[in-house]
This record gives sequence, C-alpha cells and structure tokens, in this order.
Amino acid sequence: MKKTINKTSLNGFINYGMVIAAYAVIQLLIGGKLISNSLQSLLVPACCYIVMTVSLNLTVGILGELSLGHAGFMSLGAFSGIVSSILLQDVIPSPLLRLAAAMVIGALAGALGGLVVGVPVLRLQGDYLAIVTLAFGQIIKNIIMVLYVGVDEKGLHMAVKADSFYLSDTGTVIIKGPMGAVGVTKLASFTAGFLLIMVTLLVVQNLVNSRAGRAIMALRDNRIAAESVGINVTKYKLMAFVISAALAGSAGALFGLNYSSTVASKFDFNASILVLVFVVLGGLGSIRGSIIAAALLYVLPELLRGFDIAEYRMLIYAIILILVMLITNNPAIQNFINAKFKKKRKGAVK
Amino acid sequence: MKKFLALLLALAMTLALAACGGDGQKDNGASGSGVTIKVGGIGPLTGDAAQYGTATAWGAQIAVDEINALNGPVQLDYRFEDDTGVADTAVSAYNTLKDWAKDAPLVIYGCTTTTPCVAVASEAYADRYFQLTPSASSPEVVNGKDNVFQMCFTDPYLGTAGADYLSENGLGTKYGIIYNNGDAYSTGIAEAFLEEAKAKGLDVVSTQTYPDDTTTDYTVQLNACKDAGADVVFLPIYYTPASLILAQAKQMSYAPLFIGGDGMDGMLDMDGFDKSLAEGLLLMTPFSAGAEDERTKSFVEKYQAEHGILPNQFAADGYDCMYAIYEACSQIDGVADMDSAQLCDALSALFGGGSFKVDGLTGTGMTWKSTGEISKSPLIFKVENGAYVGA
Repeated sequence: MKKTINKTSLNGFINYGMVIAAYAVIQLLIGGKLISNSLQSLLVPACCYIVMTVSLNLTVGILGELSLGHAGFMSLGAFSGIVSSILLQDVIPSPLLRLAAAMVIGALAGALGGLVVGVPVLRLQGDYLAIVTLAFGQIIKNIIMVLYVGVDEKGLHMAVKADSFYLSDTGTVIIKGPMGAVGVTKLASFTAGFLLIMVTLLVVQNLVNSRAGRAIMALRDNRIAAESVGINVTKYKLMAFVISAALAGSAGALFGLNYSSTVASKFDFNASILVLVFVVLGGLGSIRGSIIAAALLYVLPELLRGFDIAEYRMLIYAIILILVMLITNNPAIQNFINAKFKKKRKGAVK
Repeated sequence: MKKFLALLLALAMTLALAACGGDGQKDNGASGSGVTIKVGGIGPLTGDAAQYGTATAWGAQIAVDEINALNGPVQLDYRFEDDTGVADTAVSAYNTLKDWAKDAPLVIYGCTTTTPCVAVASEAYADRYFQLTPSASSPEVVNGKDNVFQMCFTDPYLGTAGADYLSENGLGTKYGIIYNNGDAYSTGIAEAFLEEAKAKGLDVVSTQTYPDDTTTDYTVQLNACKDAGADVVFLPIYYTPASLILAQAKQMSYAPLFIGGDGMDGMLDMDGFDKSLAEGLLLMTPFSAGAEDERTKSFVEKYQAEHGILPNQFAADGYDCMYAIYEACSQIDGVADMDSAQLCDALSALFGGGSFKVDGLTGTGMTWKSTGEISKSPLIFKVENGAYVGA
C-alpha cells in the first residue's frame, strides 16, 4: 500500500523541522560559547514573539478578523503568570514545573480575556473586533497600572490604591501599581521557549488542518456562503480567537518570567502593532512566514547595534521594514521566486 | 516602474544612513597612561524619554573628556547604548555592553529611567558589575542590591522633603496635589508626600490623579483643587504636563502656589513656553544651570557650545556620576589587576562605606548610604523673572 503525504502536512513537518534545527544549532553555539551575550539574552523574548506572531496570525490571517490588542492578552498572561509563580512557590518547588504551571495559568487568563472580548464582539460584522480589541488592550494596561497585588499568610491581597493596600510584615508585594511587578524570580529558559513554540505549532497547524480549521477559513473567505451551508459562525470565530488569546497569554507568562521586573506599559498599543507588523511582513496566513519574520525582525534592532550606526538604529530598522514590504510585494521579484521554486517543485512531485 | 523606484530610494536611504552614521560615532578610546576602566552607559536615546537619556549621555561625555584629558591614574573608555526606555531592550543593551567589555573591567552607568534600571540592576547584581545610575530614582532600583548606587534623590525622599519644606516655612493652609498615577516617579513622590503631610498635620484637601497616556486637559483636576480651596498645589510630575497645568490654571484664574520636584527642571527652556506662567513656581532640584560657581559655569558653557541647549539636572547627574566613578577608582589600590567582579566588590565597599565623598555639580560632599541611596540636600528654587533664584 502506497501512502502519500499531502502537501499541507508536509508543510507542517517542514515547520517543525525548521524550529528543531534552529534550536539544535543555537544549543550547539551556546555549548561552544560561540554566541554573544546580547544574542543569548534575546533568545527567550524572540521565542515569545514568535508565539505571539503565530497566534495573531491565527486571528488575522486564518480567521480574517483584525485584532489590535494582542499585547493585552500577553499582558494578562504575563501578570497572572508572575503572580501564580510566586503563589505556587511552596506548592511546586521545582522551577521547571512552576514555569509550566505559570504558563498554563497565563494561557487560561489569556483565554478568559479572549472569551470576554469575543463573546459579544464576534457576533458583529465589520471592523468591530479591531475597535474593541484596541480598547481592550488599553483597558488592561490602565487597570494593571494602578493595581497593587501582594501575598501574606492570610492570602492574596489586591487594591487599586496604595493607601488601601495592606500587607502583614511577612508579606511580599508582587505588583506595585505603576512600578509593575518587581523582584520576580526568573524562571524562563530557551528550552521552555522552544517547547512553547512547538506546542503552538502543534495547536495551530492541527487546528488549521482540521474540520474546524476549514470551517474557520470558509468564514474568512465568504461568510454568507459559509453560513448557508450551516457553519456556526460565532462558535468557530470564538474558537480561533480564544485559542489565539490563550497562546498569547502563555507567551506573556514566559516573557514576564524572563525579566526581574515587568511593567504594564510595556504591553501597549505599540506592542500590539509590532506583532501585527511581524504577521503582515511574514505573510497573512503563513505560519512559516510568521516564525521567520518574528525571529529576524525581533533580533534585527539589536544586531544593528553592532555597526557604527547606533544613532540611526531605529531609523534603519523602519526603512528595512519598508524594504521588506516592497520586496515581498514586487511582482518582478515574486515571479522570479515563483519560477525558481515551481520548477523544483514540479520535478519533486513527479 | 514606480515600485522599483521606491525600492531603489529606500535602499539608497539605508546606505546613506549607514555611511553618515559612521562619522557620528565618537572615538572614546582612552589614551595616555594608567588603568583604563570601561564605562558602559544605558539610557533612552530614542522614544518618549529620549530627552532625558541624551542629557545623561551628553553630560557624562563632557566629564569623560575632562577626565581623560587630566592624564590621571585612571582613564575611562565610555560607550552609551540606547534602551528606548523599555526594560527588555535595556537588558539587551546591557548584554551588548558586556560583549563590548569582554574581559576588561566594566562599570555600568545607568539606566536613565526607573523601569529599565530595575531590570538591569538585577542582572548586574547577579553578574557582579558595579552600577551607578544618574537618574533612576525609585528605591526599588537599589533595594536589596549591594552594588547599585544612585546619584539622584529617591522619589520618597523628595516627597518627604517637599512636605517638610511646606510645613517648616508655613506656606499655605490647604494643600492640593495632582500626580500621574501611571508613572512610578510621580506616584513614588506623591505617596511619600501624602504620608509626610499627614504626619506633619498638613491639611491636604484634594488628591487628584491623571493617567499616563497623553493627557492635555487638566481642568477637571484643577477645578477640584480650586473648589476644595487649596492655596498650595504640589505637582510631582514632569515639566511637559506641568506647563499645561500652569497655562490652564491661569486661564481659569486660579493662582495657588505651585511647587514641583526635580522633574520640573527644564520647563523654562521649553520651546514656546511663556515664562511668565512659571512666575513664583517653587521647585526642588539639586542643580541649576544658572549657578555661579566655576565648575557649573564651565560645564554649562561646554554643554551649550556642543549641543546648543542648556544642560538640565539629568546632564549634571551624568557628569557627577563619571567623576564619582573616576575618583573611586583612583582611590582603590591595585585597580590595574582587577576584573569586573573584583572592581565591583571594591567599589561597592567604598561607596557603601560612608566615608567616600564626592564634590560635583549637584552637591558638595555627597556620600552614599550602604543601601545605595545618596545623601545630598535638594535646593529649593523659585522662578523669578524667568530664572531660578534660591528660595
């Protein structure tokens, strides 16, 4: 019996292979001390941004709804992950397991946020999701900015004003209003980031290739036609949106546990737009494009430090973004690439 | 064709920038005899807080040039990295500096703003690099770290000093406060001020806040203070919102005594700012560009010649940081054979010992507590005829 692998699953396997290969190469470089401190410090946040980009691509590229508040879900995940990692300190002594638990809780927090936003808004047509997610990101930021959270022997304490926030002498402050979360024990590691990317790929690729995924893409392509064949619009939209929010939440938890302090203003509108830029430049709906774009574009501004152009670093970064946009949309270059690769592919299929 | 042209243009711009960027980089390589210590600065050169970061970078540069021209026992090799005011970028900048120093002794100078500084300080604490920040003023920066020191006042200190000043001088009867509750600096000062006001029995009639996002209308907060009858309004905020508050207070003919912290410094040099608005304003800052002593004059002159603007408190703090590092390194025996960790321990012991004194632009005989906080007293200035005068 001859079994052929179809094109979509082959594509999926290439993605897994690419991520595993990149992980192996970087681990070898770390082992051989061939990688600089600055690059090494970028590994975990780059993993977080890859997960953010892939998950946003699920909403924007595959579901076809514009979300402008993806950083809000990341923020929810980051702060719930930080709080839970401190609360679980005595229950789960192993840092690895605690990180995993924090990431799961971060994912749940993100999913809950996604559900709250999605249930009313995804029933609407048009650009309402963009407007509401934009507001959602701002609301989350402003709430966490005035939130005081601490823990003592009586349990968890929360307040929105410093003068109504009391802790016993043995208590620890976790989130300090505009100071954000301080004194966080760093738990994140590159391996955890790698595993999170693998889980994200597993979830997103299997979703896309499933019955549900086809329903989601049908909704994107033609809502009326999809409804007419009996696809439950709200259910499938909500499915994609909540999964996307949950993945962003777990990425946030990993991100928050990679630094000793995190502030809510980090996850503002600009952060959401940055992730959206990664998605668009990587190609809407292309998972592989998202991974490559996020990895390269996150590391790029730091790599530009290496040249004698430090003053123009961010300016050059912006111009490179424009260049990428122009090049990927240039018909001459597209034809050239298509011609090269299509020839090869034809040969391979035969 | 048009698209191709656009592409070409963008490419040309990148190359052009890369080319002219080469000239922009200053050669800070130390020459002459003695030990060379690498000083790696971190601060925002781009982004919202860029004016503070560039001030600390430029102020320190002037001090480094002076120090290296002295041909003393210690030379400084100085490099400043951009952190855009964001914590994770600051950690990347810190790691870039580590790569730059390799095995040479490195001292971290920065960060300019609080949030990135907290993140970098815990890294520097773990890696054992001595760190001196010019302007990250939260107690969280130095909390629990023996190797991190501040050149500026802590926020609570300034808040307490403000309340003390008001009560000692019997200024006002009813007090209002307007602060940014999304900002660590502003909240830190406000909380300490309110606490000290309570202890001193000051009658705070109105506590008003505004969010961190771009706010341009403060009439609600001002009206609340006015209706409560506050005759002194404390503004522990930066000068951009403060200038709007002053203008809007004038429009509604509300003229209490306004008092601000060191974040107000720089308001008089704002483009298009009507200086008459600031008449009578009190502010607590360690530095005034109008001071008459020789050292400040020469600093202001150099700074103005190079950058065309008056230096603010951030620049002066940066200048003092370099001299503090230089003098401390000159006092330590055997600096030549030390690596970063040994230098960190020696410097931390010296700074934290309490007997090490530095004279600078922002204070004379400045000492540090073992916690990392500085001991110097704020000067209270009053704005009169568009200039600072001692009050």
